[in-house]
Amino acid sequence: MPAPIRLRELIRTIRTARTQAEEREMIQKECAAIRSSFREEDNTYRCRNVAKLLYMHMLGYPAHFGQLECLKLIASQKFTDKRIGYLGAMLLLDERQDVHLLMTNCIKNDLNHSTQYVQGLALCTLGCMGSSEMCRDLAGEVEKLLKTSNSYLRKKAALCAVHVIRKVPELMEMFLPATKNLLNEKNHGVLHTSVVLLTEMCERSPDMLAHFRKNEKLVPQLVRILKNLIMSGYSPEHDVSGISDPFLQVRILRLLRILGRNDDDSSEAMNDILAQVATNTETSKNVGNAILYETVLTIMDIKSESGLRVLAINILGRFLLNNDKNIRYVALTSLLKTVQTDHNAVQRHRSTIVDCLKDLDVSIKRRAMELSFALVNGNNIRGMMKELLYFLDSCEPEFKADCASGIFLAAEKYAPSKRWHIDTIMRVLTTAGSYVRDDAVPNLIQLITNSVEMHAYTVQRLYKAILGDYSQQPLVQVAAWCIGEYGDLLISGQCEEEEPIQVTEDEVLDILESVLISNMSASVTRGYSLTAIMKLSTRFTCTVNRIKKVVSIYGSSIDVELQQRAVEYNALFKKYDHMRSALLERMPVMEKVTTNGPTEIVQTNGETEPAPLETKPPPSGPQPSSQANDLLDLLGGNDITPVIPTVPTSKPASAGGELLDLLGDINLTGAPTAAPAPASAPQISQPPFLLDGLSSQPLFNDITTGIPSITAYNKNGLKIEFTFERSNTNPSVTVITIQASNSTELDMTDFVFQAAVPKTFQLQLLSPSSSVVPAFNTGTITQVIKVLNPQKQQLRMRIKLTYNHKGSAMQDLAEVNNFPPQSWQ
Amino acid sequence: MIQAILVFNNHGKPRLVRFYQRFPEEIQQQIVRETFHLVLKRDDNICNFLEGGSLIGGSDYKLIYRHYATLYFVFCVDSSESELGILDLIQVFVETLDKCFENVCELDLIFHMDKVHYILQEVVMGGMVLETNMNEIVAQIEAQNRLEKSEGGLSAAPARAVSAVKNINLPEMPRNINIGDLSIKVPNLSQFV
Repeated sequence: MPAPIRLRELIRTIRTARTQAEEREMIQKECAAIRSSFREEDNTYRCRNVAKLLYMHMLGYPAHFGQLECLKLIASQKFTDKRIGYLGAMLLLDERQDVHLLMTNCIKNDLNHSTQYVQGLALCTLGCMGSSEMCRDLAGEVEKLLKTSNSYLRKKAALCAVHVIRKVPELMEMFLPATKNLLNEKNHGVLHTSVVLLTEMCERSPDMLAHFRKNEKLVPQLVRILKNLIMSGYSPEHDVSGISDPFLQVRILRLLRILGRNDDDSSEAMNDILAQVATNTETSKNVGNAILYETVLTIMDIKSESGLRVLAINILGRFLLNNDKNIRYVALTSLLKTVQTDHNAVQRHRSTIVDCLKDLDVSIKRRAMELSFALVNGNNIRGMMKELLYFLDSCEPEFKADCASGIFLAAEKYAPSKRWHIDTIMRVLTTAGSYVRDDAVPNLIQLITNSVEMHAYTVQRLYKAILGDYSQQPLVQVAAWCIGEYGDLLISGQCEEEEPIQVTEDEVLDILESVLISNMSASVTRGYSLTAIMKLSTRFTCTVNRIKKVVSIYGSSIDVELQQRAVEYNALFKKYDHMRSALLERMPVMEKVTTNGPTEIVQTNGETEPAPLETKPPPSGPQPSSQANDLLDLLGGNDITPVIPTVPTSKPASAGGELLDLLGDINLTGAPTAAPAPASAPQISQPPFLLDGLSSQPLFNDITTGIPSITAYNKNGLKIEFTFERSNTNPSVTVITIQASNSTELDMTDFVFQAAVPKTFQLQLLSPSSSVVPAFNTGTITQVIKVLNPQKQQLRMRIKLTYNHKGSAMQDLAEVNNFPPQSWQ
Repeated sequence: MIQAILVFNNHGKPRLVRFYQRFPEEIQQQIVRETFHLVLKRDDNICNFLEGGSLIGGSDYKLIYRHYATLYFVFCVDSSESELGILDLIQVFVETLDKCFENVCELDLIFHMDKVHYILQEVVMGGMVLETNMNEIVAQIEAQNRLEKSEGGLSAAPARAVSAVKNINLPEMPRNINIGDLSIKVPNLSQFV
């Protein structure tokens, strides 16, 4: 078998390959040769073969069959073999293969080898890919080597210890004694890795951190070393561009940061040296800046005095003006971190930051954009927004979405006026319309509906915007919606804010139709457009026929969504024309939906009429019902009984006499005569029950002709009864009075009654009499519900009850379907 | 901690690939390709920091790179390393290579991939910075190279001699040469067989 070719030959051969296929062929041939050579168990050429294998592995070809060979090489006596063997192990093996455990013994022997380079190799391998089992077995050896005087080995052992701690955190204590003398070393390599080890220990375990702060007096030691580095003169072996060992300085500063965090004593001990470093370091080269940067980060993180902090931020400000883009990038990153805590200080550099928005570098622009959004506040919103809009115009596409969202958020929070807000939104839509996020469209629409006085202005501007160009989908969607809603304002040409433009109905329909037809419009946009055209049928007067035509054409559209809409609208024209105007009415101001819960449940407890309630004496629980009963007695029997005093005592007796007279006049069956009496009733101080809700009038009607009351809910001792009243003047209103009673032995507290009705109804809940349902039926909670039922559909209601009973929170949902027909027909 | 060190040329061919965190092979190759594409897009007067690609670990990781002639040196680091410090580290590494190889160029990296790995091992170990003093590093590398040479090295001359001797069709040595009193020192060939 001829000798395997050398690595160099292989590389040369592979480089001559002109295509990927040729290369693959050569590699496969060589792999086959290597495999047969491995099978022959040839010691002399093994290292050469493994070297070739590693090269092929780097190019991306499979090399797993070399794993065992690496182990054999590690076991060999020759340094050359070991070197390539360990390299192969680090590149090819990992803890997922069981093979790696075979290495443990070899590594153990090599850690005690006579040649320091072999020991170094072993430490290196263990530190790179040692698994937790290996680390556990060999931690003792590493610890021994940590104490050796050989600096070459000591530094490697330190980093290996870091790896061991990462894999097996419990072993941290084992290395503690060895760390005592680490910082006394002269060798910078050892110092450097020792600091890394100490950093790792402090970061992992707060106990260690406390230990190092107090017992070891680490901070003074570090300060001393740092001072020596700065003060000592030129030292040729550690010099990098005129600064003595900047890497070590940076490491020490980082460790100081961890030690000083949240600790006043340590922070105080560091203040001087930090100030010294900050002022004495030369900033002409990158190394100086690296040290300064680390110093700034440390100052911001520990409890430094305010003078030092100002110094730090000024350094960052200087960095921002530096020509080197790396420095600017780094400055922007750190400013972003500190803007939360030292907002005012960063604000001082706002103009520089805003200038960075115009930088050519993408990374810097992104950082500057984020920082700008963090700096926007009520005072600078106008200026900042101008800059940000300019930025939006000119930035790369990958930024536009984020920038647009950021602008919307900032505008929402700090807009000085509605017109400015709408102008800003318009600007964003026109410049970056296609990058705006999908959820921005509904938010914008809601915002527009809420600013009622700006409707004419808004619709005019939107119309002008899409007149020229209707390719940006979000813009077109918002515009179509607005034109549909406020088209009448557009036609009438009333606009206070701007020059009103003359637009005819046909022109408006033209633009909407072209949106419909255009290939650039998304299906969603077409939907918006069609609905808008339909809405205009109630707002426009002369072009209804044209609208009918358009709508009927789309009844046979291929797009299912459009087709469905068109067919329904067609039906609206033909069969339900009487409903058209009501259906296509102007949208009411939308409430912001913050929760995702069912939006039909109306919780207006006390919200509708808080003011009148406050002026009346709050009734105790049982009173209203007894008053109601008394009232019934009065009305029914016309008895002049000493019932009067039970009415709230604020009413003088003479007034009570008036009440009686008034009530006596009431005609129980008819409505008309009842009108004047209740009108004067509110003048007398009445029990709140009577004044609630409607103008009292319906309360007096139909009580005895009786819509039967129902038991809506009866479970777990809680019973809720509904009693009904209808108004003759407004037959679509039903007033339901609920009474909740409790037959158990314990009170029900925090009682909340909620109700929801189908969409065709409207519901209003008034405040309850109290929130405690007393036990043993000693009292009830009363609450009034008003239901508007314009279509006289069957009344259905879903109720939700929450209360505390016997120490636990209870909740129940129920449906009420047994409403008597008289309550809604 | 340094996640990975990648060196590739202007066409994306890898010259040195070292991962300090475990990834399967296919992912490793994908990462190299993705990093190459990210770095290639960068102009020369732009800062040397990039957010990492999606494969290599997400938002905490940055790519810090430097472009020397035909090669890109890319270090993928997490937030515990100082960005400016790593830039200096790349410089130290390249200068060390320069010292070890006498005016290093891409061909040196191509043909001596293993040596480059050894040098890197003296600078970064287990994802952490080991030694930053160039002279130290060079001294250690040279000592190890001397050790290897004394043993024979990868392409050992004796090995070639061995195979050469093995393949020679030596005629049988005459056993009884009576040359008289001449004491000829015949080398002990057996140790090479």
